[in-house]
Amino acid sequence: MTELEAGRARALVPVSSGAALQRYRDVLIAVIAFAVLASLPLFTGSKALLDFVIRCSAYGLFATSLNLLVGYTGLTSFGHGMFFGLGAYGFGLIMQKLGVPIPVAFVATLAITAVIAAIIGAICVRLKEIYFAFVTLAFQMLIHSTILSWASFTGGDQGLRGGIPRPTFLGINLANHIHLYVASCALLILGLLAMRQIAQSPFGYTLRMIRDNAARASFLGIDVWRAKLTVFVLAALFAAMGGMVMALFVSGAYPEFAYWTISGEAIFINMLGGVSTFLGPMVGTVLLLLLNDTVTRFTEYHGIVLGVVILFFALGLRKGLLDFVAEWFARRRKTGEGR
Amino acid sequence: MLEIRNLAKSFGGVKATNDVTLDFPDGSLTAVIGPNGAGKSTFFNLITGALKPDSGQVLLDGVDLAGRSPPEIVRHGIGRAFQVASIFKSLTVQETMLAAVSADQRSSAVLHKRFPLPETRDRAEHVMELLGLAGKRHRTAATLSHGDQKLLDIALALVLEPKVLLLDEPTAGMGPEERWRMIDKVRELWETQKITVVFIEHDMDIVFKIAPEIIVLCYGRILATGTPAEIRNNSAVIDAYLGTEHAGAAA
Repeated sequence: MTELEAGRARALVPVSSGAALQRYRDVLIAVIAFAVLASLPLFTGSKALLDFVIRCSAYGLFATSLNLLVGYTGLTSFGHGMFFGLGAYGFGLIMQKLGVPIPVAFVATLAITAVIAAIIGAICVRLKEIYFAFVTLAFQMLIHSTILSWASFTGGDQGLRGGIPRPTFLGINLANHIHLYVASCALLILGLLAMRQIAQSPFGYTLRMIRDNAARASFLGIDVWRAKLTVFVLAALFAAMGGMVMALFVSGAYPEFAYWTISGEAIFINMLGGVSTFLGPMVGTVLLLLLNDTVTRFTEYHGIVLGVVILFFALGLRKGLLDFVAEWFARRRKTGEGR
Repeated sequence: MLEIRNLAKSFGGVKATNDVTLDFPDGSLTAVIGPNGAGKSTFFNLITGALKPDSGQVLLDGVDLAGRSPPEIVRHGIGRAFQVASIFKSLTVQETMLAAVSADQRSSAVLHKRFPLPETRDRAEHVMELLGLAGKRHRTAATLSHGDQKLLDIALALVLEPKVLLLDEPTAGMGPEERWRMIDKVRELWETQKITVVFIEHDMDIVFKIAPEIIVLCYGRILATGTPAEIRNNSAVIDAYLGTEHAGAAA
């Protein structure tokens, strides 16, 4: 850029301050959401409600990270649950075997996940739609069967038992239910904020371009493979974060966390909530967990009920709930302007 | 200067591009014509990296780009637009332009800032004005008319500030009036931007009116090159392609 152009760009800064404003707005919403969630224990003694929010945190991080792949990049992964499982097992094993402080185990788990995701991603992201979906699924099965068969290390089908030690750090004692609750909310909000930033960054728009037309993106000088690999690893990190929240919550890790059905649940969540808005998967998470909890209370055939609901969204609405709401608002605004 | 040296590509036994050698001087405007299946689009695909040539060179200012990947070739300054508008259907016109400038400024992997980056504004704005898309900046690309989608496709190539712009049938699928508007735009861009423009076109009236230089391809080979007058009177071109109608008009 010449000096003249640089000068012009500076003069134009106010024009794009909308972008900065949007960022402050997002942070503000996050702070308010955290304040509301964190103060919930002051108003209710219901342990079940707090547990529900913790589970929403774990699944919400996981499902929103899948949306970075599915909704933003057009990469439909059927094996995203492997990183949820990796997060839970990685964190649990490090805490049990090494006894390091929780933040160290947290960061170490993310590092391990990043390396594994980079290797798996390097193999998968070159593949076209259905092949990508099935090869990611194959890797998930591989990790799941490794967990099952390496019983001396992972506990096999019994899972990581005996509880995960949760030593106090910085005055935070995750063995305390309230502390765990607030920490889960904080991780959820921070994770969502980070993913929102990714989605709204120049990289986020690169992802949208790849989703819409990857060939054209490469003719603009974008290295499509590298961008896909980057988002694959980033999404894996947030999925692992979800897995760690889950491991802390149940104080253990079980093979089901790495089974393919967990990937299926994340896809269901995305279908329920919708992939065209950032918070769609979060809405979907709350919906699925609510459905799960209420339906299982009334009938043992909860699978049938869930199936019908998902069919209703997929065939009836043909979109997720938040997609539907967003479109409804857009239509209303349009007719409002028309008047 | 874009120099093509002995470029060749076969599909099975079919020689889609057969020993093509051509020079495109800086700032030239050239039309590529030829019957269906003459290898026009293949020729563009070889230059831009969509296909790898079997042999030959694509020299841009002396640098051989043959066989390199599309992103590399774009970065060296060869931009292209497509026969069927190749755009990002869910992005708005403005977002498309801003994201393309980001890609060109190598900030398409930036994570910690918000889109759009302030330094991408100027160029995006300039090209939107240039192609008359500024008024439709907030329209989603999928909702644009066919003609505007073609313009957006060209804008995408142009916003990268290429040295050479390859347009694969800029008027494809347009009505007669729209065609002329489009081709006037192309000519205007060529005149104001001082870049090398090569375009594929089927409409002979358009080609003979606006292109100072014409290349005729046939079965992957160069049948003839020259000015409109020379092409009109070239007996090989008349036999293979034009028929007697245009020759008669010239006489």
